[in-house]
Amino acid sequence: MEKYIRPGVKTTPFCPGCGHGILMNAILRAIDESKMDMKKMLFVSGIGCAAWIPSPHFNGDTLHTLHGRALAFATGAKLYNPDLCVMVISGDGDLSSIGGNHLIHAARRDIDFKVICANNLIYGMTGGQVASTTPKGSKTTTTVEGSPYRPFDLCKLVEAAGATYVARYAVTQPVALINSIKKALLHKGFSFIEVLSPCPTQFGRRNLLDRPEEMIQDLIRRCILQEEVRGLSEEEMAERIITGEFLTCQRSYRCV
Amino acid sequence: MRSTGLKTTFPKGLHYLSGNEAAAEGAIAAGCRFYAGYPITPSSEIMERMALRLSELRGVFIQMEDEISSICAVIGASWAGAKAMTATSGPGFSLMQESIGYAAFTETPCVIIDVQRAGPCTGQATKVGSGDIMQARWGSHGDYQVIALSPWSVQEMYDLTLRAFNLSERYRVPAMVMADEAVGHLRETIRIPEKIEIWDRKKEKGGAPFGTDEEDGVPPMPAFGEGERLLVTGSTHDAFGFRRTDDPEAHAKLVERINQKILKSTRVIVETEDYFLEDSDTALIAYGFTARTSLYVVKRLRKEGARVGLLRLKTLWPFPEEAVAELGRRVKRIFVPEMNQGQVAGEVKKYARCDVISLGQTNGEVIQPGTILEALTKI
Ligand SMILES: Cc1ncc(C[n+]2csc(CCOP(=O)(O)OP(=O)(O)O)c2C)c(N)n1
Ligand code: SF4
Ligand SMILES: [Mg+2]
Repeated sequence: MEKYIRPGVKTTPFCPGCGHGILMNAILRAIDESKMDMKKMLFVSGIGCAAWIPSPHFNGDTLHTLHGRALAFATGAKLYNPDLCVMVISGDGDLSSIGGNHLIHAARRDIDFKVICANNLIYGMTGGQVASTTPKGSKTTTTVEGSPYRPFDLCKLVEAAGATYVARYAVTQPVALINSIKKALLHKGFSFIEVLSPCPTQFGRRNLLDRPEEMIQDLIRRCILQEEVRGLSEEEMAERIITGEFLTCQRSYRCV
Repeated sequence: MRSTGLKTTFPKGLHYLSGNEAAAEGAIAAGCRFYAGYPITPSSEIMERMALRLSELRGVFIQMEDEISSICAVIGASWAGAKAMTATSGPGFSLMQESIGYAAFTETPCVIIDVQRAGPCTGQATKVGSGDIMQARWGSHGDYQVIALSPWSVQEMYDLTLRAFNLSERYRVPAMVMADEAVGHLRETIRIPEKIEIWDRKKEKGGAPFGTDEEDGVPPMPAFGEGERLLVTGSTHDAFGFRRTDDPEAHAKLVERINQKILKSTRVIVETEDYFLEDSDTALIAYGFTARTSLYVVKRLRKEGARVGLLRLKTLWPFPEEAVAELGRRVKRIFVPEMNQGQVAGEVKKYARCDVISLGQTNGEVIQPGTILEALTKI
């Protein structure tokens, strides 16, 4: 792992029990198993806890940008130097709220990005405010009686916008997650992996999941593979999160 | 890094162009090979010409989803090694401000052309103004410096766009060309020189990209993909890019350097022009299209024996405070005609110890000679 961690980096800034550290590990394992050259990799992130996954930890080129704008910055770098393998790692709030417009347009252009969205269902860094991904009814510091609105289904959103590789896994499914990141690394086109990553500090403790291990247990209980959906009743499905690879298609047209 | 005598990519000699077209050619001549933008009147011709020219030259052109993403893409491309630019007008310029601060703090060379129109807000989209001068200087939060130039002719749309690139590369700072609708849409004959001077950002293998002990205060800048494993962040950082978000010394040092590297070089950056000022007791200070009208007025009054002259500001930021202060010591009064409510007049008042009279006009029209004449003949 040493060759993947920037010299001088000793610890991560994440809270105990945060899923972002597990995700960080999964990304580096996928890079290692894919034998990627870190010198040709550019990691772009926005602002938030998740945006700290690559910066400063990863030992490649890293561009830690502005809140919401990671994909816009990445677009300039990738178009000018198509030899760069560009991975965008950021939070749900960053990529889909303030950066939502850039997300759908980058997907539409099908630019060869490997986008990893660390979805903790909340704005972690700023203290647990509601996000565009917060489940209806969940309590946050700005929805004290529970969020009245539906969240985005990020995978459906980017698929409709034109992404060509789309998957969702939780950090509790590490093997499948690593394999999915490896596929995205090989895929030519806009790849999007939504990764459910628990935030015990800001989400869990407001939503009856006080301890980190309860959040992990909860994810294990709720995440099912799309293959397992058939035959389940509506009631059984109610609390479930469907995971898996939703789309993998090769383009028939030329793009970056 | 400076190289002189490079051949231009556009045939030398005389050309009949609009200001916006000339600006695009100036950018191409400077080595600009990346453009990202979003359409807005009265700047769109720059983008359209860049689309054409960059496809001829195998550069990269992209129309983005808005102005925020346009400037972000420009900054991303710059770190990938490109000379990159965007062009816009008031509303788009407003949207770009957060990212301009990012470019200043990460010391990213990039050029922004603002073809100013009558604001605020959507204002009069096809009409002229120069109400963005203060925004160019103070538009993003925090303390930083930029370079802003002000062209008064089609020739200068070419020359100053080229110069903006050179300064931006040399000082690793966002450089702005603060044009206005009148100059952007003006058509004139311009001369494309055969040979030009070009500056490129300096590089140094293994060098610290965000710190230097060199006199000029400008660190070397490698590009992504060169094996330098760059660490770029808009948070406060040390010389190698590591975040230092609660270290008072690191913050003070970085903010100080990104300001001082520009202020220290004011003499190199600032350009002004004097017209008939030797014996004047009254002066006009003007920039952009308004400087043309001002010169006309000065020449006319001279014929009648008035001792009046013009100081034309080709650089707006950093502000030509020395030239203005010096003029203030020599003349009794300074008039500042401009297409806003006295943005530059306010600066002039800070440095000139004489009477300063603002002739601001915000009606979406260029200032007529008669307007300036009337004000001047009142005294
Ligand atoms: C323009 C702007 N608005 C607001 C903020 C404050 N801010 C910083 S991080 C953040 C939310 C991040 O949430 P997310 O992307 O989900 O990442 P997480 O911390 O949850 O991993 C916000 C609102 C900012 N930095 N910039
Ligand atoms: S606030 Fe949440 S997302 Fe941020 S580090 Fe802590 S647990 Fe992780
Ligand atoms: Mg989040």
